[in-house]
Amino acid sequence: MKPSAAIEIDHVWKFYGDYPALRDYTLTVGQGSCCALLGRNGAGKTTILRILAGLSSHQRGAVRILGASPRSGDVRTRVGFLGHGIGVYEDLSARENLVFFARVVGIENRSQTVDGWLERVGLARVASMPVRQFSRGMRQRLALARTFLHAPDLLFLDEPFTSLDDRAIAMLSELLVQARQRGATIVLSTHQLREALAIASHVALIENGRLRFSGERTTEMLEDPALLYRLHTELGAD
Amino acid sequence: MRVLRQALSVAYKDLAIELRTKESLNAAGAFAIAILLLLSFVFDPFSDVVREMSGGLLWLVFAFSGALIFNRGFSRELPNECLDALLASPLSPASLLIGKAGGIFVTLLPVELVSLFVFGIFYNVRWWLHPPELAAIFVLATWGIAIVGAVFGALTVNLRLRELMLPVIIYPLLIPLLIGAIEVTNTLIANHPVTDYEWLWARVLLVFDVVMTALASVLAETILVN
Amino acid sequence: MRERLSIVLAAIAALLLANNLHAMFLTLPDEAMQGAIYRILFFHAPAAMVGMIGYFVALTLSIMYLSFGDFKYDSLAASVIEVSLVFSLVNIVTGSIWARIIWGIWWTWDYRLTSALVCVLIFSGYIMLRRAIDEPTQRARLSSALCIFGCVDVVIVWKSIEWFRNQHPGPVLDFRTGGGRMDPAMSHVFYMNFLALLLVATALVLIRTRQESTAREIDSLRRVAHAA
Repeated sequence: MKPSAAIEIDHVWKFYGDYPALRDYTLTVGQGSCCALLGRNGAGKTTILRILAGLSSHQRGAVRILGASPRSGDVRTRVGFLGHGIGVYEDLSARENLVFFARVVGIENRSQTVDGWLERVGLARVASMPVRQFSRGMRQRLALARTFLHAPDLLFLDEPFTSLDDRAIAMLSELLVQARQRGATIVLSTHQLREALAIASHVALIENGRLRFSGERTTEMLEDPALLYRLHTELGAD
Repeated sequence: MRVLRQALSVAYKDLAIELRTKESLNAAGAFAIAILLLLSFVFDPFSDVVREMSGGLLWLVFAFSGALIFNRGFSRELPNECLDALLASPLSPASLLIGKAGGIFVTLLPVELVSLFVFGIFYNVRWWLHPPELAAIFVLATWGIAIVGAVFGALTVNLRLRELMLPVIIYPLLIPLLIGAIEVTNTLIANHPVTDYEWLWARVLLVFDVVMTALASVLAETILVN
Repeated sequence: MRERLSIVLAAIAALLLANNLHAMFLTLPDEAMQGAIYRILFFHAPAAMVGMIGYFVALTLSIMYLSFGDFKYDSLAASVIEVSLVFSLVNIVTGSIWARIIWGIWWTWDYRLTSALVCVLIFSGYIMLRRAIDEPTQRARLSSALCIFGCVDVVIVWKSIEWFRNQHPGPVLDFRTGGGRMDPAMSHVFYMNFLALLLVATALVLIRTRQESTAREIDSLRRVAHAA
């Protein structure tokens, strides 16, 4: 294993029955880098993220996160995952949700940490309100607090910018920048090319479960986000 | 120890939600009383026969009203994809299952106690003659229902027709547990002497609980991680 | 290859069955206490044995699927359980018919019949679960878990019902109503018919396994078509 690799996906195949959702997928993500997974719907981005987050298994190949299996408890202590759902309980208050997740991830000074995060995401005044009474923007910010609560070293985010309002987008961008500054490794999938390419240091393009391109994000990509698709996919070849 | 601590967190969270909403508690409690009422039309409520089959009547009430509780067990993790958030966390799948079973256990036990109380009133049955033995059987049998309910709640959580399938799968599996609980409860409420036969069933309940809990812990990851 | 094997097995089973039926109806006399109806024994008990063997073979196959991830184990397990269910139903129906003739009642709550009924319910749940899951990997994984729980529970169920029935006795489905062992001529036909039913079951499993594999292939092609 390369010493600076936080994530190694090594010739991985994932099957649904006989159908390969991931085909011989190999990707390395260096420690402290931010990799944006790009691709059409159904390309395999969510599948990879779920494997990395330990929610899904693969049938062939190997996945190592900091040298261990994604299902290892130690790894999951250092992972922050945000999927399509916000991952909070409607019938609990914002504080109760964060205290529960703080307990689960093993945070010692839970009250202090939770109060700090509620303040940070602008939910301190409504901390005791049940989440079912929250607006959509408030739920999104609570989801961000849950994900970043334990200052994870590894962040796996599945289309995190989708359906966020402007305030939440700004908050998420700030959190990601701060995470990168403290050396966290981030893998995120997205359709929002501009936002993702602005923070990403690397990109990986997936099509039909195969890796089409992986490499550093360049200035050309920033200027022309669709460039990758044109150069490396069958869609672009048409 | 860590598994137990994590399981307690999950159980505590579920209980907090249940105490706030009281959805399962109210539904199960009302259902239990409805069944007890219906049973009064099946036989003479004041005959001696009732005492002899109290165990059977009670445990059927508990098993059916329990379905309303264990149906909610994992389904409350579906909104907002909370189950994914839990599985991506350091929480082990075994802790999650045992915690869920703990939540079901603590929710079902009060429903059973209230039903027992109402049963005593409706059918003029003195059920309090052997409290420690009755309590022990209630604890053993309720844990068995809870762990099986949690496992199969997890197994069917993402399936269509989940609420229809869960009772069909669970009740046949619970038969040894229900027979044991019924036989011992019959003896205790009818105030018959406790013999080797009742001890045999107590052991069956214990073995059932241990085996199902062990299997649940071993297969938790298989059931929960796709 | 598999197709040829199932044809060969079915042919051998047919010949054996024909031979056994000849022995049952034309060679063996009526049983002393039961009369002609005892002949149902030659299907009732072997069907039960084939069913129970099947459930525990399926348990082994389910464990192998979870260990190795090869779908052939899952296809085999599902096929074995379906065929075992059929044989369990044969066991229950023939037992009912026997009870009706001998005791005048369709159902006796005999511990073996009751346990067989519970097995049918548990493994019907297995079939229902499989029908409710479209995705083959998830279907294989969850039904394997259910099979393991079911088979472990079957052991506890069997003994529990036996102990319960010992305490609350009722009519017992014992074909040897006169007591003692089965006549050697009858035992021979009994075990030959067990062999025949086992071969029938194996042939059916092979056919059904091929159907499962084909269904999985179709599912995969459908996913490819949708992805395109």
